[in-house]
Amino acid sequence: MTLPLAQLLVVAPKREVWWIGAIEALVILMALLLTFAFMTLIERKVLGRLQLRYGPNRAGPFGVIQPFADLIKLVRKAPFQPDRLIHPALYLGAPVLSATMAFLAFSVIPWGGGWELFGYQIDGQVVNVPISLVVVFAIGSISTYGVLIGGWVSESKFALLGAMRTGAQLVSYEVALALSVLGVVLMARSLSLTEIVAAQHRTIWYIVPQIVGFGCFAIAGVAEVGRAPFDLPEAEQEIVAGYHVEYSGMRWGLFQIAEYVHMITVSALMVTLFFGGWLFPVLHRFGPIWFLLKLAIVLFCFIWARASLPRLRYDQLMNLGWKVLLPIATLNAVATAFFVVLV
Amino acid sequence: MIGSTLISVGRSLGVTLKQIFRGTVTEQYPEYKRPVYPRFRGRHRLNLHENGLEKCVGCSLCAAACPVDCIRVVAAENSADNRVSAGERYARIYEINLSRCIFCGYCELACPFDAITLGNDYELSEYSRSDLIYTKDMLLAEPIKRTPVADAALYDTPTPYYRTDS
Repeated sequence: MTLPLAQLLVVAPKREVWWIGAIEALVILMALLLTFAFMTLIERKVLGRLQLRYGPNRAGPFGVIQPFADLIKLVRKAPFQPDRLIHPALYLGAPVLSATMAFLAFSVIPWGGGWELFGYQIDGQVVNVPISLVVVFAIGSISTYGVLIGGWVSESKFALLGAMRTGAQLVSYEVALALSVLGVVLMARSLSLTEIVAAQHRTIWYIVPQIVGFGCFAIAGVAEVGRAPFDLPEAEQEIVAGYHVEYSGMRWGLFQIAEYVHMITVSALMVTLFFGGWLFPVLHRFGPIWFLLKLAIVLFCFIWARASLPRLRYDQLMNLGWKVLLPIATLNAVATAFFVVLV
Repeated sequence: MIGSTLISVGRSLGVTLKQIFRGTVTEQYPEYKRPVYPRFRGRHRLNLHENGLEKCVGCSLCAAACPVDCIRVVAAENSADNRVSAGERYARIYEINLSRCIFCGYCELACPFDAITLGNDYELSEYSRSDLIYTKDMLLAEPIKRTPVADAALYDTPTPYYRTDS
């Protein structure tokens, strides 16, 4: 599998100019927003197929206008908010914080090898930092604040309880999530996602040696983004939303955007850490396309799990996080450490 | 314990994945209207004799039988130069408030002349409540929308005689 990697990763003779980075950020932002918009549609359609229905198919051909119809409806909704808000600025800021951090986390994910165009260097990610894996987790943790603040400033006990429930879940599973990727970090001997992708190309996709870590990451990742079967933050059939009960219209929409973009980010992280990122044994030129393809498969699995698995009870959720995933992820990291040192 | 959990999770994932290949069971309603049961109780009709006279004699038995009081009948005398029904009197006003009607069919049972029967039409939405008060002219006229009706032979029910002989 050893191919001339130096040719794939265009070795930067000069650094990326700042305005190219800005344009790249804008493109990625738009791409993420579009992915989010169509993710809502595709999720409903795939969910429908799994349940022997069609899903939305009325707005435009095959329902492709549905996300835009939803957007217009959300924007036009009355921005109703609780009476007697003590911190109106925080109330408005919480969803913004959540959504911003969700978008920000994606900026370090590599989706291509970098290109040289008209003498300018274009990187395969928005920002190339040597500790990008840590950045993703750090920004993901800040996003939890949006949830906690949003539930707390809503001046409603149900929103507060929901925020506590969500906060506890996110904090618990972040531990398992971070520990499950430790094996990958040890094997690649780097925290840079670009390096991890390159290391997988040199050896083998890390899903093979890190299958246990992958399992932990997959379960903890689903819990971390609050998706079924861990969607206790918003158990729509039973308790109907938690931290964002007092939000409506596009303010609620921002929380929804944050959830979906988180899902996309975690999927992208999974692709990067365990499935070789944008590289594939053949046809390296189509880096971003391979990346999108792998991303689509992982996202499908998210929807598939939602259609298949019943929601966990809260104590089951905590048991799974602390008593099952955490020990397994720790053991996996320790075993990988021994292996890396000895071999 | 973890192993059995993983196996059951995998099995449930398999069950749902199989459903994708089964296609859908949804009927796309406005494009496809499933034929209704032959004796489906829908919108009312007022019937005529073969010679064009109304069957209704304005006896108000339907209004008396109606459990939700949605029928209003005001009768008038037939005269030689204004003969509307076959009987002594006729319904000068015959209104059914379909926003109240529960389609129980008691009016049909109460009617001694089979003047009022329940048809098969169920697409009765209107933008205003007052539009749902059907007058005598509307009930006498042929329905504008035709509702597909399943073949009566498929079911073990006789076709009502008022459908065959008028």
